[in-house]
Amino acid sequence: MSTTVWLIPFFPLLGTLLNALFGRWIGRHAHWIAVPSNGLSFLASCAVFLSVGRGETFTGDLFPWIQAGAFKTAVTALVDPLSAVMLLVVTGVGFLIHVYSVGYMHGDPGYARFFTYLNLFVFSMVMLVLAGNFLVLYVFWEAVGLCSYLLIGFWYQRKAAADAGKKAFIVNRVGDFGFGLGVMYLWVALGTLDYSEVFAKVGTLSPETATVIALLLFAGACGKSAQLPLHTWLPDAMEGPTPVSALIHAATMVTAGIYLVARSHVLFERSGVALDVVAWVGGLTALFAATIGLAQTDIKRVLAYSTISQLGYMFAGVGVGAYAAAIFHLVTHAFFKALLFLGAGSVIHGLGGEQDLRKMGGLAPRMVTTTVTFFVGAAGLAGLPPLAGFFSKDEILASAYHAGRPWLWALLLLGAFLTAVYISRAFILAFRGAPRMSQEVARHIHESPRVMTAPLGILALLTAVAGVAIGIPSAHGTAFARFLSPVFPLAEEAGHAGLSALTLLVLSVIAAVAGVLLAWLIYDSRPVNAEAIGRPRNWLHALLLRKYYVDELYDFLFVRPLVRVAGFCARAFDLGFVDGIVNGVGRLVVGWAGAMRLVQTGYVMNYALATLLGAVVIVAFFLSR
Amino acid sequence: MEYVTILMVFGIALLVGGAMIGLPTLLAPRRATAVKAEPFECGKDLLALPEGRFAIKFSTVAIFFIIFDIEVMLIFPWAVQVRPLGWPGYLAMLVFLGILMLGFLYMWKKGGLEWD
Amino acid sequence: MSAALVPLAPLLLVAATAGLLIVLDLLPPREGKGHLGVVALAGVVAALAGALTLWGREGRAFGGMLLLDNFAVFLDVVICYAAALVLLLSMDYLRRNGMESGEYYILVLLATLGMMLMAQAADLIVIFLALELMSLSLYVLAGLFRGRLTSAESSMKYFLLGAFATGFFVYGIALIYGATGTTALDRIAAASGGLQRDPLLLIGFGLLLVGFGFKISSVPFHMWVPDVYEGAPTSVTALIATGSKAAGFAALLRVLFSTFKVAQPDWALLLWVVAVLTMTLGNVIAIAQSNLKRMLAYSSIAHVGYMLVGVVAGGALGAGGVLFYLLMYTFTTVGAFGAILLLERGRQEAVELDDYAGLAARHPLLALTLALFLLSLVGMPPTAGFAGKFYVFGAAIRSGYIWLAVIAVLNSAVAAYYYLRVVVYMYMREAEGVPTRPAPSFAGRLALGVALWGVFQLGLMPAPVLDLAQAAVAPLLR
Repeated sequence: MSTTVWLIPFFPLLGTLLNALFGRWIGRHAHWIAVPSNGLSFLASCAVFLSVGRGETFTGDLFPWIQAGAFKTAVTALVDPLSAVMLLVVTGVGFLIHVYSVGYMHGDPGYARFFTYLNLFVFSMVMLVLAGNFLVLYVFWEAVGLCSYLLIGFWYQRKAAADAGKKAFIVNRVGDFGFGLGVMYLWVALGTLDYSEVFAKVGTLSPETATVIALLLFAGACGKSAQLPLHTWLPDAMEGPTPVSALIHAATMVTAGIYLVARSHVLFERSGVALDVVAWVGGLTALFAATIGLAQTDIKRVLAYSTISQLGYMFAGVGVGAYAAAIFHLVTHAFFKALLFLGAGSVIHGLGGEQDLRKMGGLAPRMVTTTVTFFVGAAGLAGLPPLAGFFSKDEILASAYHAGRPWLWALLLLGAFLTAVYISRAFILAFRGAPRMSQEVARHIHESPRVMTAPLGILALLTAVAGVAIGIPSAHGTAFARFLSPVFPLAEEAGHAGLSALTLLVLSVIAAVAGVLLAWLIYDSRPVNAEAIGRPRNWLHALLLRKYYVDELYDFLFVRPLVRVAGFCARAFDLGFVDGIVNGVGRLVVGWAGAMRLVQTGYVMNYALATLLGAVVIVAFFLSR
Repeated sequence: MEYVTILMVFGIALLVGGAMIGLPTLLAPRRATAVKAEPFECGKDLLALPEGRFAIKFSTVAIFFIIFDIEVMLIFPWAVQVRPLGWPGYLAMLVFLGILMLGFLYMWKKGGLEWD
Repeated sequence: MSAALVPLAPLLLVAATAGLLIVLDLLPPREGKGHLGVVALAGVVAALAGALTLWGREGRAFGGMLLLDNFAVFLDVVICYAAALVLLLSMDYLRRNGMESGEYYILVLLATLGMMLMAQAADLIVIFLALELMSLSLYVLAGLFRGRLTSAESSMKYFLLGAFATGFFVYGIALIYGATGTTALDRIAAASGGLQRDPLLLIGFGLLLVGFGFKISSVPFHMWVPDVYEGAPTSVTALIATGSKAAGFAALLRVLFSTFKVAQPDWALLLWVVAVLTMTLGNVIAIAQSNLKRMLAYSSIAHVGYMLVGVVAGGALGAGGVLFYLLMYTFTTVGAFGAILLLERGRQEAVELDDYAGLAARHPLLALTLALFLLSLVGMPPTAGFAGKFYVFGAAIRSGYIWLAVIAVLNSAVAAYYYLRVVVYMYMREAEGVPTRPAPSFAGRLALGVALWGVFQLGLMPAPVLDLAQAAVAPLLR
C-alpha cells in the first residue's frame, strides 16, 4: 500500500512538470498528459480506498524535511478512512472535471497552462489530504491557495479576473495568518505537529489553550471555506473558468476547512467553546448566503452563494459533533455542486459566454442533456428525496436538533427552504419560459460536445444514487458513518426528547417542496419580467441584491484606511525616514569603503607592517590574560 | 672548565691573525701607483666591474647545488645507522634517492644544466 | 609496512601522480600538455575516492607525525573537490592564454599534496613543512602568467608576505618547543595543561595564530589577498581561495580544539574580535570594488569571518558548521571564479563589472549559473550558502554569542548589495561595446555543473552532510 499511496500525488506532479516544461510544444495536446495522469491517480486512490476498506491504515515518512535544533519535521503521509474518502472525491471529481475541461477550454490560448495549474492543484490537494502533520498540511494549504489564485486570475488580461484572484488570495491570507499562528502555538504547547501525537496529547492542554488553538485553526478554515466574515472572495472567484469554479471553488478546495476541523475534532472537542463557535458560524453562514442567493442574477454567483451556504451546513454539522454526516454532505455536495457548475458551464458555453440569468430562458428543448442533469443537480441541492442531498442534509439537521440546539436547527431548516427557492428560481429562469437572449445568440445555441456532457451524466448518476446507496440511516448509523467509524466513533443512538427522527424528516421535505412551489409560483406560473428581476424593489431586495453591503463595509473599514495609511507610509515614512536611513547607511558604508581602500596601498612594506602590528597585538593580548 | 683550552685556541688565533694584518699597516712603507690599484697586479685587464650585473645562471646553479647538497646530507646519518635500520631503511633510502633522481632528471631534461 | 601506509593512501595517490606527471612532462610531445591535466585529474579523483573509503578509520603513520581520522578525511575530500574542479577549469583556460605547461599541473598537485598533509599532520613540524610545500607551489603558480605584470606582482607579494608570516609561524613553533619540549600536537596538549600561564607557550601560540591568520586571510593578515587574487591566473585564484583556505582551517581547527583546548576562553575572545573585524572589513571594502576578482577576494575575506564565527561558537555544532561551510564555500567559490574564468571580452578576461552588463540576454544559462553562485554567497535559500550560514550562526546563538550572530547577519545583509549588483548588471543593464562571450570549454562547463550540483545538494538536503561534518569534528573534541 505504501507505494500506491505515493503514486497518488506522483502522477499529477508528473503531469504538472511535463506540461510546465514542455507545454510550449505540447500545446493543444496538453490533455493527453493531464487527463491520464489524473485518471491514474484516481485508480491509485481507488486501490488505497479498497485497502482502507479492509481495515488497513498507513502512516509513513517520505523524507526528513526540516531539522533545526529540537524542531524536526518529516514529510509524513497518513491514510485512514477519512483521507481515503477525501482522496476519492478529489481525484474522482477532479478526473471528471479534467475531462470536461477538454471540451470547455478547447481553443484557449492558455490551454497547456490551464492543465498545468489544474494538475498542480490536484497534486497539492492530494498532498493536503494525505498530510500526516500540521506543517505539511499548512504548506499544501497554501499551495492550493496559490493554485486557486492562479486559476481565478487565469484570464489575467481581464481586470475583473486579476482583481478577483488578488482578493481571494488576500482574504485567504487573513485566515491563514490565524492558521499559521495556531500551528505555531500548537508546536509551543505540545512540542509536536504530528497528528497522532498531537491528538494523543490533547488531553494535557488546558481547555483555554485548546480553545485558542482551535479558534486560530478555525480562522484558517473560515478563510478557505468562505465562512462569515471571510466569505467575500468566493463569489468573485467565479471570474475564473467554470471548470475551476466546479473543481476548486465548489467540490474540493473550499471543503479543506471542513476537513481541517473534522481532522482535528479531538482538539475542538477538548475546547467545547470552539465547537459552539463552529456550529453557529456555520448555521449563520448557511442562512445568510442562502438569502443572498435569492436575489443574484448571475448564474454562477447564485451557485457560489449556494456553495457558501452549503459549506455552512457542513460546519454546522461538524459543530454539533455530526462529523460523519458533515463529511457525507461534503461528498454529496461535491457531486451535485460540481454537476451544477458544469451544467452552468455548459449553458454558458452554449450561449457564447452569457452568464446573466435575465438573458437566458427556454433552453430546455435546445439543450436536453444539460437540462436533465442540471435538474437532477438542482433537486439534489434542494434536498428532494431520494437524491443524495436529501439524505446528507437531513442527517445534519437531525443531528443539530438532537444535539439540543433547536434554534440552530430552525436556522438550518429556514436555510433549506430558501435553498429550494433560489435553486428552483435559477433553474426556471435558465431553462424554462420564453427565450430572453438576443436573436444573434439564440441562433447559435447548441448542446455541448460529448466530452462535456459525459461527466455531467456521471455526476448526475452519482447525485441520484449516492444517498440511497450509502446514506440511508439505520440503527447503526449510515453505511458511510460506519466506514468512517475508526476516525469518528459512532454516536450512541439514545432516545431523544422532542420531535422524533421521522417528524424531522417530514419537516425538511415539506420545507424543500414548499420552496420549490414558491419559486414555481413566482417565476414559472406567469411570464417573467426580466427587467424587474435585477432592479431593487424595496429595501430588503436591495439589501440582498447588494449582498448586505459587506464588500462596501470592508472597503470602508479596512481597504480604504489601509490604502491611505500605506500611501502615507510610502510618501512620508518610507521616502523620508526609511529611505533616509538606508541611503544614509549606504553613503556611510560606501564612504567608509573608500576610506578603507586607502589603507590598501599596494606596498608590501605596509602589508608587512600590518602583519607585524597584528602579531604584536595578539601576543600582547595573550600575555595580558 | 674543560672548554678553557678551546677558548685559548680562539684567543691565540685572534692574536696571530690580528698581528699578521695589523703589523704591516704599522711597519710597511706605502707608495701607491695606478698599476698597484688595479685588481689584478699581474696586468690582466678587467672584463667587467665586480659590482655590475652577472648572469642569473650562476644563482640557478648555486640553488641547484644547495638543494642537492642538503638533500644528500641525509645520507650521512642514514649511513651511520644503516645496519640497525635494516632492509626497510635501505628501501626507504632507495625511494628517497629515486625522488631525488627524478628531480635531477627533470632539471637536466628541462635544460637547467645548459649554460646557454 | 604497506598496512601502515593505508592511512596515507590519499596523500600517496596525489604524490605518486605528481611523480608520474614529472616523468610524463619529460616525454614528448613538447607542446600540448592537455593529457597531463587528465592524468592529474584522475589522480585527484582517485585520492577523493580513496579518502571516502577511509571514512571511519583511524590510524597514524611515520612515527605519529601523520594521522588519519574523520576530520582529516572530511578535509581531504573538501581539498580534493577544490583541486579537481580547479583542474577541470584549468585545462582549457591555460591553452586559451597560451600558458599550457607541465609545471602547472605538477605544481597544482604538489600544492594539493601540501594541503592534504596539513589536514593529516599531527606535528607542528609537519604542519610547517606542509604549509611550505603548499605555499611555495602556490607562489610559483600565482606568477605563472610570466608576461603579465600583475601576475608577477601577485607572485612576488604573495611570496614576500608569505615568507614573512611563515617566519612568525616557525618562531612560534620554536617557542612552543622551548616551553613544552615537543612539537607533537598531542604531547603539547598534555604538557600545556600544567603550563597554563607560561609566557613562552602563550607567545608561541600567538605567533602560530599569526601564521594561520595569514593562510586563512583573516584581518589584519589579509592585505595580500586582493592583490594576489587579482593578479594570479583565475584558476590559481580559485585554488588559493578554496583549497589553501580549507587547509589553513584544517590545521587551525586541529590546533585550537585539540591542542590548545585549555586556552579556549582566551582564543575564543580573540577570535570573536578577529571574526567581527574580518567580516566587516571584507564586506565593506568589497562594496567599493568594480573588478569582480577583487570583489570576490574581499568577499572571501568576509566568508572567513563567518567561518570564524563557527570557530568561536565551538563544540560539534560550531566546528562541524565550519566544515560544512568550507565544503559549501568550496563549491560556490570555485563556481563563481569558474564562471568568470570562462568569460572573455575580446581577448581579455572579463573581470570588470561593465563586462557583465546584459550578459543574461545573450547567454542566459551562464548568467543564471553565475547568479546562482552569487546568491549562494549571499546566503539565499535554497542554495548551500543559506544552510552554511544558518548552521554557523545558529551554533553561535546556541553557544550564547548572540551579538556575534547579530553582527554576522547584518554583515550578510550588507554583502547582498555587492553580490546582487553583479546580478543587476547581468539582468538589467544593456551591454555596450565588444560583447562578452563564454569560451567553448566542455571541461569548464562540467566543472560549473558539478559545482552547481554541490550548491543545490547541500542547499536542499544539508542534514546528511552536516551529520558527517559533526562526526568529523568528534575526534578533535574528545
